[in-house]
Amino acid sequence: MAVYLEAFRMVLAPDVIIAILLSSIYGLVVGSLPGLSATMATALLVPVTFYLSPIAAIATIISASAMAIFSGDIPGALLRIPGTPASAAYTDEAYAMTRKGQAELALGAGLWFSALGGIAGTLSLIVLAPPLAEIALSFSTFEYFWLALLGLMCATLVARSSPVKAIASMLLGLMVTCVGMENPGGIPRFTFGNTDLLGGIEVIPALVGVFAVSEVMRAMLSPEPPKMPKRKYNSIMAGQWMLTKKYWRQMTRGNFIGIIIGVLPGAGADMAAWVSYAMSKRFSKEPEKFGTGHPEGLVEAGASNNASLASGWVPALLFGVPGDTITAIAIGVLYMKGLNPGPTLFTEKASSMYALYIVFIVANIIMIPLGIIMIRVASTVLRAPRSAILPVIVLCCAVGSFATGNSLFAVLTVAAFGILGYVMEANGYPVAAMVLGIVMGTMVEQSFVTSLIKSDGSILPFFERPVSSVLAALTIGALAWPVLFWLWRTFQQKPASAKA
Amino acid sequence: MTKLTRREFVASTAAAGAGLGLGLKPASAQAAYPNRPIQVICPWGAGGGTDATARIVGSLLEKELGQPVNVVNRTGGNGVVGHTAISTATPDGYTIGIITVEIAMMHWAGLTELTPKNFTPFALMNEDPPGIQVSNDSPYKTVKDLAEAIKKAPPGKFKASGTGQGGIWHLALVGWMQAMGLPANQVAWVPSNGAAPAMQDLAAGGLDMTTCSIPEARAMIDAGKARSLAIMSPTRTALYPNVPTLKEAMDIGFTTGAWRGFAGPSGVPAAISTKLTESFKKIYDSKEYKDFMASRGFGTVWNDAAGYAAFMDNSDKQMGDAMKAAGLTKA
Repeated sequence: MAVYLEAFRMVLAPDVIIAILLSSIYGLVVGSLPGLSATMATALLVPVTFYLSPIAAIATIISASAMAIFSGDIPGALLRIPGTPASAAYTDEAYAMTRKGQAELALGAGLWFSALGGIAGTLSLIVLAPPLAEIALSFSTFEYFWLALLGLMCATLVARSSPVKAIASMLLGLMVTCVGMENPGGIPRFTFGNTDLLGGIEVIPALVGVFAVSEVMRAMLSPEPPKMPKRKYNSIMAGQWMLTKKYWRQMTRGNFIGIIIGVLPGAGADMAAWVSYAMSKRFSKEPEKFGTGHPEGLVEAGASNNASLASGWVPALLFGVPGDTITAIAIGVLYMKGLNPGPTLFTEKASSMYALYIVFIVANIIMIPLGIIMIRVASTVLRAPRSAILPVIVLCCAVGSFATGNSLFAVLTVAAFGILGYVMEANGYPVAAMVLGIVMGTMVEQSFVTSLIKSDGSILPFFERPVSSVLAALTIGALAWPVLFWLWRTFQQKPASAKA
Repeated sequence: MTKLTRREFVASTAAAGAGLGLGLKPASAQAAYPNRPIQVICPWGAGGGTDATARIVGSLLEKELGQPVNVVNRTGGNGVVGHTAISTATPDGYTIGIITVEIAMMHWAGLTELTPKNFTPFALMNEDPPGIQVSNDSPYKTVKDLAEAIKKAPPGKFKASGTGQGGIWHLALVGWMQAMGLPANQVAWVPSNGAAPAMQDLAAGGLDMTTCSIPEARAMIDAGKARSLAIMSPTRTALYPNVPTLKEAMDIGFTTGAWRGFAGPSGVPAAISTKLTESFKKIYDSKEYKDFMASRGFGTVWNDAAGYAAFMDNSDKQMGDAMKAAGLTKA
């Protein structure tokens, strides 16, 4: 009981409350601006979290990302331009509803089912994490090796680009982690005698570059979105209860799909929305209405993307394996704040974990009033000229990355990775796979080398330990899956073509 | 008026534009030190033990000297960047830093040219000795049992961890092995990403022992998942008074530890250095410092400038010997 009270005391501290409020407003604004994603909003927050208490720091990330994912629906419904990639799946649908004069219903559905989805995701975190932590306590480096490898495999399997490009991106990320002397041998690698490179390429500046700077570069090249006419809204929440009653099945299914996709490393809110929207259409009784301004898919996908956001924290907190790009950044902040991910977080810092749950729930509840205000002022916010916003973002990246280590090297890292991220995206290489490689490379190498030292060079223990063998089977299965699938397809086709 | 703002400007920039600085030197030397803010460089990141120590001492130093004291983290290069920044600052007492045991290790591995000789030591304020921890269900009840088993086993059969390859706790293990007359690799070192993962792996049954510091092992010991058999320091720790020292348990005089102290670039004027040492002594004796260090489980040790210099010399030699034995020095 004492830990619960302690957790409430931590969340109710004035600095945490202010942090939640301000970062919520920030998340709503950034999310609503087309071209600026929730991940970028999170990346820009990192230098700010540097000056906050651990709980306030995590609270800013949780609230800003949740708000940004919802807020991305606003320009989607009003301008047919998704504010964040997570809204792209149902932008056409929402816009069609607006054209039918149902803008309030479309925006309200985005808000209401986002909030409910966020709470469902939080419940999954509360229910899943403690028993998993119990299991994870018995993990040795052998298990961590398979877990990290499985995470990397997932990243390439779920990428929406060619798997070859995804693997190439991931390997590039792994190569980045080879730099420096933070390796099991303690030997400087690829440092070229440069002192700054001795500590390796730091994850946070690299992620800020990839997510913030490269997005600014992309936004500069795309045409300025059209100005939105000012409009008056009727009640936004009216009709949501009716939708909830009518589509509760779809909502629940969206929540579940979102939770599962969130837990999978590398796949985040945008993937959850795409899968759920497709799922909704597939199982709908009236699939012909999809695309014409039908709220069914909106409900399911909206419930899904916010649910994935919370469940993405499950692997991040337990194993240091990010569930999506937002938690990839959050892991860096957790380390910075002395809340190192791992099962011991749930035993030694239990009150901090409960505080985190409370923050999630609070953020999803205040999303409703703040979201209503945001929808009403959206046309004014969306008038902000890009030529004013983009330079400010780049400035924030530079100042923020300098502040974290007081070194110019971090700023150069941001710039270099910004360009790299832009070039990769422009050529269809998914940056999320590279980010996963950067975040997990050290874990793969460390756990592999230390395991081999412990087993005197024998690889048998990788398969002998019970949990290890299960994880090994999953990893090898994931690796072999595309090959088996291809074999099965050719085998199926052969008899068919023989008949013809 | 213009002169004043100019002086403040010079003070606030770490670079201290050489020409302006020279011109103003007589003026600042006449006024009693310190007459402007002091910068304390911390070579390690925010949130860590060194950062916490620098910040508590910084805030107490501010009260002591009546001038603002700013702690600035200069991270990167595994501590090389920050230590270099301290050693190359203008030796006027306005840029000082917290230096750590790594300064006695890194130059042996050829990572930097810096040695303890490149600094003006002010005060040693903290040292954490390593313990020898085993899992709670380990068959070894005393450090003597463990040592006997290690001696009999073929080299590399026993596995230990606590930090990265060539890190301070690795060298502590090597030092202990050598003190027993065993080769450095009698116990295989499993590099880990800090003490916490090593302690977890110890509890999960992946290791035979860890040689990390007692505060780092505390959580697992208190949770009943690990036991500390001995401590490599001259005296027992207040945290676990039942844990014997190596000297008591097996008559081995080897002691070592991870230390942190305050220093400036070489050539700080004696008057300033003496004043700083006096201030650090007052801070060391204060209740706030003692309470803070006790709450984090950090050990407190005092050495004045001369004592700290001798201490660092000894540490430097000890680390060099251990690193040579373990084959970690640059050929």
